[in-house]
Amino acid sequence: MGVDVSIRIGGQAGQGMQSISFVMGKIFTRHGYSVFINQDVESRIRGGHNFNQVRIKDEPVHAISDKVDLLIALDKGIIDQDLPDLIDNGVLIFDGTTTGFTSDNPDHLPVPLEKLATEAGKSKIMVNSVATGAALALLGYDLQPLLDQVEEEFAAKGKEIVESNKNSASAGYRYVQDNFRGVSPYHIPPTPLTRKKLLLNGSQSMALGAICSGLKFYSGYPMSPSTPIMEFIASVSREYNIILEPAEDEIAAINMVIGASFAGVRAMTATSGGGFCLMVEGLGLAGMTETPAVVVIAQRPGPSTGLPTRTEQADLRFVIHASHGEFPRAVFAPGYPEQAFYLMGKAFNMAERYQTPVVVLGDQHFNDSYFTVDQLDLDQIKIDRGHILFDDSIPSGDAYQRYAWCESGISPRILPGHSGAVLYADSDEHTEAGHITESAEAREQMVRKRMMKLEGMRREMKQPEAYPSSNSNIVLIGWGSTYGAMKEAVDLLNREGLQTKMLHFSEIYPFPSEDFAQGIKENATFFAIENNYGGQFADLFSFETGISVSHKILKYDGRPFSPGEITAQVKKSI
Amino acid sequence: MVSLEDYHSDDPIAWCPGCGNFSILEALKNALVELQKKASEVVIVSGIGQAAKTPHYLRCDTFNGLHGRTLPVATGIKLANHELTVLAEGGDGDGYTEGGNHLIHAMRRNIDVTYLVHNNQVYGLTKGQTSPTSEFGYVSKTTPMGSLNPPMNPLLLAIASDCGFVARGFAGDIAHLSNLITDGIEHKGFALIDILQPCVSFNRVNTFQWYASRVYKIDDGAGYDPNERTAAFQRAQEWGERIPIGIIYRTERLTRDEQEPAIKQVSLVKQGIDQTLFEGMFEVFK
Repeated sequence: MGVDVSIRIGGQAGQGMQSISFVMGKIFTRHGYSVFINQDVESRIRGGHNFNQVRIKDEPVHAISDKVDLLIALDKGIIDQDLPDLIDNGVLIFDGTTTGFTSDNPDHLPVPLEKLATEAGKSKIMVNSVATGAALALLGYDLQPLLDQVEEEFAAKGKEIVESNKNSASAGYRYVQDNFRGVSPYHIPPTPLTRKKLLLNGSQSMALGAICSGLKFYSGYPMSPSTPIMEFIASVSREYNIILEPAEDEIAAINMVIGASFAGVRAMTATSGGGFCLMVEGLGLAGMTETPAVVVIAQRPGPSTGLPTRTEQADLRFVIHASHGEFPRAVFAPGYPEQAFYLMGKAFNMAERYQTPVVVLGDQHFNDSYFTVDQLDLDQIKIDRGHILFDDSIPSGDAYQRYAWCESGISPRILPGHSGAVLYADSDEHTEAGHITESAEAREQMVRKRMMKLEGMRREMKQPEAYPSSNSNIVLIGWGSTYGAMKEAVDLLNREGLQTKMLHFSEIYPFPSEDFAQGIKENATFFAIENNYGGQFADLFSFETGISVSHKILKYDGRPFSPGEITAQVKKSI
Repeated sequence: MVSLEDYHSDDPIAWCPGCGNFSILEALKNALVELQKKASEVVIVSGIGQAAKTPHYLRCDTFNGLHGRTLPVATGIKLANHELTVLAEGGDGDGYTEGGNHLIHAMRRNIDVTYLVHNNQVYGLTKGQTSPTSEFGYVSKTTPMGSLNPPMNPLLLAIASDCGFVARGFAGDIAHLSNLITDGIEHKGFALIDILQPCVSFNRVNTFQWYASRVYKIDDGAGYDPNERTAAFQRAQEWGERIPIGIIYRTERLTRDEQEPAIKQVSLVKQGIDQTLFEGMFEVFK
């Protein structure tokens, strides 16, 4: 039996759960393990019931665990609410003094977190480091990696802070070793420092992908859970010469992106569903003027304000149909960070090659969760800017027409300021030259020209990931962030003798060709796994393939799926 | 030599005969020729409305976008290629209602864009409804009992926003308007030029004669100093019997584009994409 330990750190907003989980994630990633950290927080700055959960495995992991092995409670509320989530023999660490909690259960370990922090670290703030040290001791892991990590993490804050944190971590570690040796059933074998893998959250993977694809201009308005994308790009904008303009609203954001893109640079914006509502008019503008635009949407439960810090996949239908009128667009939904990184490259290429908007869908669960990533390969992002004419190739005089008719639907672009040819781009229906027209023939021609691009785009859409590749009676279909939970559910079901496979779609619209349907048993039972009420992808899938999806496992409580949840529901329906 | 001929467009003009837009178009062309701007250096972004058709009637690069959204598009273009001369153009509905938020923030950013607002105090393209600058009590199909809202004062808003160049022109004085546009383009930073424009089809109140008998040049006679903000506030409120035209307010401050570190050396569009830059970027995540 390999390593698979899940640690929940809970408390009030502002108590530093994130920092504890991140430090642990970093340590184990650096030492060769795989980590998945998800975040379950309320929409508030201080207080409330919040937790971060770190899952550590000795093989790749992309999903939350069904069990909590170790609960670190930083306040009483967490003990009251989350103790039932702890498995039998699971271990609770709590501060008896600050929480006032007492227990006869030998697995409930009182550790005087605050007292140790004040003594060893000279401040209550050091509770985080004490708790991290205590947890590592319980897991039977070495202390040194934590000390190294703390040193690096706090180096910028000065020697004193580094020392206080190190002392606190050691105090927590020693306290557990001295008082509770042998209590914990979990053991994570110490491993050498390799420092090869990356620890990334979904937002970072999307931002990195965009930057490595040559992003030069970003405009946006902060909205959870998309904001970390904007913040990350801002943090490196100086280094990579990216202009980041905070917009007055999402309408401005997408219009600035369209302006920058029209002028010739790669540009994007990111938002959540509510912000995208405001962008829809601009999405149509990009479609009509045939201007490339990349929009990332980190979904959250809606409509309206909904649940700002939680997860849902209910914007798919909206995004596919957003805007009045008809125009081509592509929609992607990565399932894990590597995929997101490379898909951002594809999004920019397709936006430029087809001169139309591309939407990449994430959601709170994907965007905020941290994953251990084996590697990102820059060489796999090949930049293709599509058909742009530069000075020497631009027809002179009035021979150039921005929307010249062609079978592919893709007329060569020129950039403003480049030559004697003149460039008219118009949101009104227009002639090939780009002037406003009322002509029925021109209208028909231009609609066809734009829509023909869809066929080219469809040919480029990747097949869903089939796992395992063998044939099965049960097929789980899903998209985006459910990837990890579905994949693990497939393993669990197969282990129990139920032949199951997963089809995970990351390139959703235009819907990929139906090659994947070959090799699926005619009598196979389809289950859609989606974080929404309506089974939006299932409908699209059935519409596009004619295959009926008889079962839908849907979840819309704002929380992500666990593998066990999917497994149980499939078993119930079979 | 750049001549008027360089800006000649063959696109047939769709305005009403006698429309004030013809004069504004002429003034704009004159200004571009006066400045010897090559057509390839100029981009005009427009919104939707009769005024927003203007760039089709010139021969220079054009982005005719959405109603009210000219300024964000113009901002994106200017930041991506600050070597271009970027103008934005639209009507009072486009700029002052639908695009009001963008106007406030374009002024705040001080992006180097010259914004021409054809202000005819009525919605023309939708055929004669009350606009944000229509007079109080203005009777139209949407306000049959007369508008219950007072007109907004775009100049006051602009001065309050510390817009660096705030001017009012009159379509009935092409030479004067042409000079204003020239000054506006030359001004480093955001320039708002509100242009009084008679609408011959729908506005029966604010006619050519109505404007002509009221407008006066603010810099005629006793020296008016547009750098004085308090005076500018006062003059911007003058409306009714006498209406000032000319540069109402001027101030110099750093523009958004010139403060941008990413384009200190070369414009964004000329930088290209060098992927080798990114090779070390994953290290911090390890």
